[in-house]
Amino acid sequence: MTITALPITAHPAVEGGLQLEVTNISPQTESIVSITLADPSGARLPSYVPGSHLVVQYGSGVNAYSLTGSGNGPTEYTISVLRVEDGAGGSVAMHQLGVGDRVYVSRPRSAFAPASTATHHLLIAAGIGITPVLSHARAAADRGTTSSLIYVYRPGAGAHVEEARDLLGPALTECSDRNSFQKVLAEQLMTQSLGTHLYVCGPVAFMDAVLDQARELGWPPARLHSEAFGAAELDDGEPFTVNLVRSGLKLDVPSGASLLETLEKAGKTIPNMCRKGICGECVLPVLRGTPQHRDLYLTDQEKAENTTMMCCVSRSEDPELELDL
Amino acid sequence: MSITLDKDTDTATLPERIRRFPFPFLGDQYRYSANVEPANKNVPTDAGAWGAGLIDIDEFYHKELADREAILARDPSRMAVLPHMRPAVWDTIATLLPAMAAEYPDIMSFHREGNACRWQNKLQDLDVQFTVGDDDSLPTGPLRFLGTQIQDDIVLLDIRDNTMWLDAGLVTFAADWSFNFDVGMSFLEIHGPVPRVKEENIISRAEQFLMRLQPGEQFRRTNWTMTVGNRLDTSTETYPEWGPDRGTIATDPDMPDKLHLRVEVQHLIRLPHTGVLLFLIRSYLLPLRDIAKVPTWRQKFGHVLAELPDDMAEYKGIIRYRKAASDWLLAG
Repeated sequence: MTITALPITAHPAVEGGLQLEVTNISPQTESIVSITLADPSGARLPSYVPGSHLVVQYGSGVNAYSLTGSGNGPTEYTISVLRVEDGAGGSVAMHQLGVGDRVYVSRPRSAFAPASTATHHLLIAAGIGITPVLSHARAAADRGTTSSLIYVYRPGAGAHVEEARDLLGPALTECSDRNSFQKVLAEQLMTQSLGTHLYVCGPVAFMDAVLDQARELGWPPARLHSEAFGAAELDDGEPFTVNLVRSGLKLDVPSGASLLETLEKAGKTIPNMCRKGICGECVLPVLRGTPQHRDLYLTDQEKAENTTMMCCVSRSEDPELELDL
Repeated sequence: MSITLDKDTDTATLPERIRRFPFPFLGDQYRYSANVEPANKNVPTDAGAWGAGLIDIDEFYHKELADREAILARDPSRMAVLPHMRPAVWDTIATLLPAMAAEYPDIMSFHREGNACRWQNKLQDLDVQFTVGDDDSLPTGPLRFLGTQIQDDIVLLDIRDNTMWLDAGLVTFAADWSFNFDVGMSFLEIHGPVPRVKEENIISRAEQFLMRLQPGEQFRRTNWTMTVGNRLDTSTETYPEWGPDRGTIATDPDMPDKLHLRVEVQHLIRLPHTGVLLFLIRSYLLPLRDIAKVPTWRQKFGHVLAELPDDMAEYKGIIRYRKAASDWLLAG
C-alpha cells in the first residue's frame, strides 16, 4: 500500500513545514487526481492566503501544488495533481499515493494573492490552472465579494467542474475551444466595472495571451495577476560559466541544468525553497556580468541593477558571471 | 568571582518591571537600523529577560487596558478600519487569541469549530463566544474587542501594488505620532519625517523585507524614545498635555522619577489568511531611577544619550533634556 513511504529526511524546501497524512484520494479526470491531506492528530492546519501553494516532497524531489480551499481555518489541505508522464517524476509519484501515506509538505506559501480592494474578481483558468482560482472563488464567496470565472478545458478533461458550477452558478462560463474562449474573454474584458481585478492561471502562452489582450484594452498592470505554477518549464538556456570569487572556483553551467543545481553538485549549500523563481530564497550577489533574469521575484528595478539573481531559474546573458560566493 | 555573585543577588531582588524590561541597548551608541529578528526568542538582559512569547501580559495589564478604554471613549479617532480590512481584523483575532491561550494556558483558553469561537480570559472573568467574519457577533466590533484583551497597540498594513498601506488599526499609546493622520498612507509616507533613514535606504529595505515575509512568519524589532511622566499616550492629539513638560524636566529635581525610557517591542506578522502585515506595538516605561539600579544599563543608556547625534535627538523629542539625563545617569 505504502508505495511512497515518508522519506527519512525532509528536503530543504519543506524544512520547518508539516508532516501530513493522506486522508482522501479522489480522481477528477483520467489524468488529474485530488489529494486531501490532514494532520495525523486531527489538529487544525495553518490558514492560508487564497491562491497559495504547498511544496510537497516526493522521494528526494519536491513539487509545488496549488491549494483549492478558501484557506480560512482549514482542517485539511486539498491539492489536485495533473499526471505528467515525461516530467521530473513528481506528479507520477503523487498519483501513487494512497490513503494513510504520510508526506512532508511546506507551510502554505502565497504568490498569487487576491487584492483586498477589488470590488469583483474576474478569474480565468485553463486546464489544471483551475486549482488556485477555485481557491480565490471560495474565498471571495466567504468574504462576500463577487467573482466570475472563465474556465477553459478539453471536453471530459475538466477538474473541479461540478464544484465550480455549484460555487459560481451563472458566473461560470465554460469553454472547450479557443474560438469560444476568445469571444467570451474579449466580451468580459470590455464590460468589467472599474474595481475588478483579473487573475489568470494556465500554460504560459495562455496567460501571456490573456494578459496581453487585457493590457491592450487598457487594463492597468496593478489589476492583473497571474500564477506561474501550472506553467510550462522554462527552456534549457545557453551554457555559461560562473566564477565564484570567494571560493576561487570556476563552474560550467550546461544547458538544461540550473545554476542552483550546478552549485549544489559542487558542494555549495544555497538556501532555496520553491526552485521556480518565486520565493526569493536562493538570491545570490552578482559582482560582474549581466544575469538573464527569469524569476518572478525580483522587482524590475532590482533586475535592472544586475547585482542579484535567483540562481534556481536565472542564467547569464554573458559567457561568464562573477558571483560573491 | 564575588562580583558575579553580587550581581546575581542584586538581580534577584529587583522588581518585575525591571527584570522583564526589554532594555534595547547592546553598546554605548545607537543608530537606526533594520533591526529585525525572529519573534518568540528569549533575550537575557543584565537584569532578567524578555521576549520569550508573542503577547506579553504583565502587572500593568488592567491599568493599561483601562487607560485605553478612557482614551477611546474620549477620542474614537484612535481606531479605524477601512472597509477592505475587515477580513484582516478577523485574521488578527484568529491568530492572536490562540497564541495567547497557548502562552497562558492557566488563565486563557480558545476553541474554534469552523468559524464558531469561544474565548475565555480569567483575568477579566470573561467567557465570550463569537463567529469569525461576523462583526455583529462581538458587541463592540472585533478590533475594539481585541483592544480590550492585549496591551499592544494594533496596526494593520495592507499589501498591494508592491506597497504597504496603513489601512486599519487601534492605537491609543502612540509615541509622538497620530494614528488617525496616518490612516490610508503608504509605509514610505508614514516614515517620511524620520531623519537619516531615507538616505540610508532603511525604510525601503524594511518595506521590501516585510512584503516578502510569507504568511504566518513572525518577526520583531525594538524602538525607543523617552517620556516625561508615567504616561503611554503621548500622541499628537494630546500634545498640549505632555509637550510642555519636555521644556521643564531638565531642571526638575524629580527628573530621575519622572523621566522614563520608553521601549517599544514591535512585532511584524504576516497574517496567514489575508497576508496583511500585522504590526503590534507593545510599550514599556521605566524611570531613570529604576534604570540606575542596573549598573550596566545606567552606563550604556548614559553614553547613548550623550553620544546621540542632534538630528536624532531632535526627532525623538529629547534634545532639551538628554544632557541632564545623561549627566545624572553617568554621575551615579
